[in-house]
Amino acid sequence: MTLFYALIALGSLALIFGLILGYAAVKYRVESNPIVDQVDAILPQTQCGQCGYPGCRPYAEAIANGDEINKCPPGGEATVKKLADLMGVEAKPLAGGEEAEPVKTVAYIREDECIGCTKCIQACPVDAIVGATRQMHTVIDDECTGCDLCVEPCPVDCIDMLPVEQTKQTWKWQLDAIAVKQID
Amino acid sequence: MDSLVEQIERGTLWQFPGGVHPPEQKSLSNQHPIARLPLPSKIVLPLKQHIGANGQLLVNKGDKVLKGQALTKPSANWSLPIHAPTSGEVLDITPAPSAHPSALPELSIIMAPDGEDSWCELHPVADLSSLTHAQLIDILHNAGIAGMGGAGFPTYIKADSHQPIEYLIVNGVECEPYITADDLLMQTHAKEIVQGIEVMQHLLKPQRIIVGIEDNKPQAIAAMKQACEHNDAILVRAIPTKYPSGGEKQLIRVLTSKEVPSGGIPADIGVLVQNVGTLFAVSEAIYKGKPLIERVVTVTGNTIHKAQNVWALIGTEIKHLLDCQGFTPVPEQRVVMGGPMMGFTLPTVRIPVVKTTNCILAPDNQELAQPGDEKACIRCSACADACPQTLLPQQLQWFAKAKDFDKLEQYNLFDCIECGACSYVCPSEIPLVQYYRVAKAEIREQKLDQIKAERAKERFEARKERLERDQQERQNRHKRSSAKAVKPDAEKAKVADALERVKQKQGDKSAVQAAIERAKAKKAADGSIEPDNSEVAQERAKRKEQARLYKEQKQSAQDTEQTADDKKDAVAAAIARAKAKKAAQQAEKATPDEQPNTDDAKPEPRKAAVAAAIARAKAKKAAQQAEETPSDTAAEPAQAQTDEQSDPRKAAVAAAIARAKAKKAAQQAEETPSDTTAEPTQVQTDEQSDPRKAAVAAAIARAKAKKAAKQAEERPSDTAAEPAQAQTDEQSDPRKAAVAAAIARAKAKKAAQQAEETPSDTAAEPAQVQTDEQSDPRKAAVAAAIARAKAKKAAKQEEENAQDADSTAAPAEQPKPADNNDTSENAPLTPEQKRQAAIKAAVAKAKAKKQAKEQEGNDPS
Repeated sequence: MTLFYALIALGSLALIFGLILGYAAVKYRVESNPIVDQVDAILPQTQCGQCGYPGCRPYAEAIANGDEINKCPPGGEATVKKLADLMGVEAKPLAGGEEAEPVKTVAYIREDECIGCTKCIQACPVDAIVGATRQMHTVIDDECTGCDLCVEPCPVDCIDMLPVEQTKQTWKWQLDAIAVKQID
Repeated sequence: MDSLVEQIERGTLWQFPGGVHPPEQKSLSNQHPIARLPLPSKIVLPLKQHIGANGQLLVNKGDKVLKGQALTKPSANWSLPIHAPTSGEVLDITPAPSAHPSALPELSIIMAPDGEDSWCELHPVADLSSLTHAQLIDILHNAGIAGMGGAGFPTYIKADSHQPIEYLIVNGVECEPYITADDLLMQTHAKEIVQGIEVMQHLLKPQRIIVGIEDNKPQAIAAMKQACEHNDAILVRAIPTKYPSGGEKQLIRVLTSKEVPSGGIPADIGVLVQNVGTLFAVSEAIYKGKPLIERVVTVTGNTIHKAQNVWALIGTEIKHLLDCQGFTPVPEQRVVMGGPMMGFTLPTVRIPVVKTTNCILAPDNQELAQPGDEKACIRCSACADACPQTLLPQQLQWFAKAKDFDKLEQYNLFDCIECGACSYVCPSEIPLVQYYRVAKAEIREQKLDQIKAERAKERFEARKERLERDQQERQNRHKRSSAKAVKPDAEKAKVADALERVKQKQGDKSAVQAAIERAKAKKAADGSIEPDNSEVAQERAKRKEQARLYKEQKQSAQDTEQTADDKKDAVAAAIARAKAKKAAQQAEKATPDEQPNTDDAKPEPRKAAVAAAIARAKAKKAAQQAEETPSDTAAEPAQAQTDEQSDPRKAAVAAAIARAKAKKAAQQAEETPSDTTAEPTQVQTDEQSDPRKAAVAAAIARAKAKKAAKQAEERPSDTAAEPAQAQTDEQSDPRKAAVAAAIARAKAKKAAQQAEETPSDTAAEPAQVQTDEQSDPRKAAVAAAIARAKAKKAAKQEEENAQDADSTAAPAEQPKPADNNDTSENAPLTPEQKRQAAIKAAVAKAKAKKQAKEQEGNDPS
């Protein structure tokens, strides 16, 4: 008989807690998958598609679903490291053997060779190229992510990817090369 | 406990943590008065010499400027103008090495002084109270005054502080070794500095003004005390010599005990600090109207013969300063801009003095040793003791080496004032400050990247949305238009019915004609070996007519969709068709089959219809003349499938011309059953051509084709028809394509004309010019022409096979230069291009004619 009471007591307790938990699960539900946002924030947002996904967000979703974290050449090793930290996995070298420190580039259209075909405009994922049919096109430097996507469609190969020019703002002290110079 | 103000008034001073006592070395340069330098031969003025943005250029290369004339105009926020430091000519405006450790080139104005040093007109202010606050700020702004102590913060912004200022602190500390510029300035121009202080007092209305001067400058202290005796609000305080008490935050701490919050500015705690040099410039700007064009620079070091302070024009090259003061370089000579603690070694001495240059130090190797090799950190914590900002330099160093930027920020790296005290005391000679500078630059860069990534993401998403919306709209449009197409106008339908009836009647007539034709054909067959295919032709003619009828109906239905004046269109179309019918009646045994197939969404239907009609009429006329010949030449269905943005009218005209030519060619091919075999040449062209060049190339191609045709005399020529399917898409220029195709066809025809008395077993090369979206149709045409030329050549070789097949020789008609329309159609070309194209066409035509004449001569029949 004691056993019976004990079972009733435990059973009712289990029921009460179950209800509380069930209610809490509905009431304090977490809507989105925040890991996707976190991954997306780490990715460099070049939208270059070199990872095989159409843009950074789709790759972020893929990573959240277990894809490899080393498919982002524009991000370089730094991005892989951050993603490894976030996802709790081992950092790997970049797939495809790209150099660890990617050189930042920006597209440049040799304007006298441009025939105004608009193909690069259609290819640009961030609308950083302006121009119209049969008009010369040009790149808005500040908006260009250096994704290379405009280079391939260009029928006259008039697009170059130039390394971003160093300015006083982006210049860094060279620790090992503090100039010692012979003055004339 | 006294209040803070009372304590300050009583002369209480506070201590800041850390600090070091490096050898002062000031006596090298403070023993001599400030010298004036001879005018340099060249002035280099970087547009940006301070924190903030560039101004906009006001001068051009070659302009003559006067001393004090503004060379740039302040534009966006935080931008300051620069002024000509002497009169002269602007030689160039070009990037030149900047006064920065990297010496990265920066846009600079290069000036050549004319030696006259003549001032522009100045506007001194006699009485401060006569001007409003805004006017005074404006004067400071336009005088280009930036903080002359270090960072070069625009003074007008500081002077226009919106936060209440309790204490104005005048920084005459000059704590860095070697530098004596402020010391000498205070000694000699105390009165002007005090005037400058009073301007700031007028603008900011602080409770107290405290002048802080290190106690190693007794003469300056005395001069300043004397100069501000008349003003009770100004307190002159001698503070203990310790590096870096001249740091803004340290000086505030020493004089007021207040601490600037991390990441904040002094104005947040009601304090504002101004350098004495800046205040001197303020007084010059207000009371003399002079902009900031020169400053005191200490030129010192053991390698300088006459170490002293000099008035240097902004923009003077460092080399000029060194040369004037007697510079004897030693091996591995370094020249440092700024002091030994915070300055940087110049990569070149061809760098100009800027608004923030306070010292040029040219030490020999004894007084400022080359940094030794970095050794391992021994965790002695001397750096932490020396740090005036109470940071943990040692920890920061580890994190900087590990590039752990989050940790660096957590340890307040950005509170580091880069004073160099930690590096100075480090027994392992670790260049700590350099590590921090690199780390700071990297963190800043990362933040910029982050912002950029954010923006890229936004733009990417905006674009995606836009593309989706566009697609949606396109789909909707399709739906709408197909819905419209279903219900044609009742009136239209009636008209169409009427047309149909008319046609049927005509069909009867054509049956009669067909009978006649058959009879004739039989007659002809008696005397010849021709196959009688007239019946077949007849059948075909009927079918074609039906097809045309159907198409016309369809077209008119389409027309109604989009045009308001569809009635008119219908009338025009009807007239055109009527004409065509008439022409067809007269056409014996010949059935033209052209179907201008324009599927365009927004055509100008009326005009297109008229043009098409004219074309058809011509074709009919041509067919009439082709007597007694079952000409089966299937002409050229020019399917100009033009899209939305194309100009259907012109395309149609061009196609029509082409067809007309084909007909003419067919006429001349008399008594010969021409069974055309088509060689479709698919010319897939791509884009990118200079139109002029293309024209030239086209001309060459045509010339070749002619030559080939010439050689094919008295031989079966294989003509001919080339249905040029110019499938042009959205962005293509259909007009040009059509014109080019037409030219090409015309030439092929000409070739065919010359092939007389031969069963023409033709030929034809439907040049399917599939141009894609952005292709250049002209190139396609050129390619087509080349292809045709080749076809001709091939045909040549078939000569002897077919030579037996000649019967009654018809007079060789002079090949008409049928392409008289060619060039005139080239509307989009520039006149020059047109002219060239015309010349080429003319040459080509002339050749063709000549060749045709020769043929006539050769052929006695």
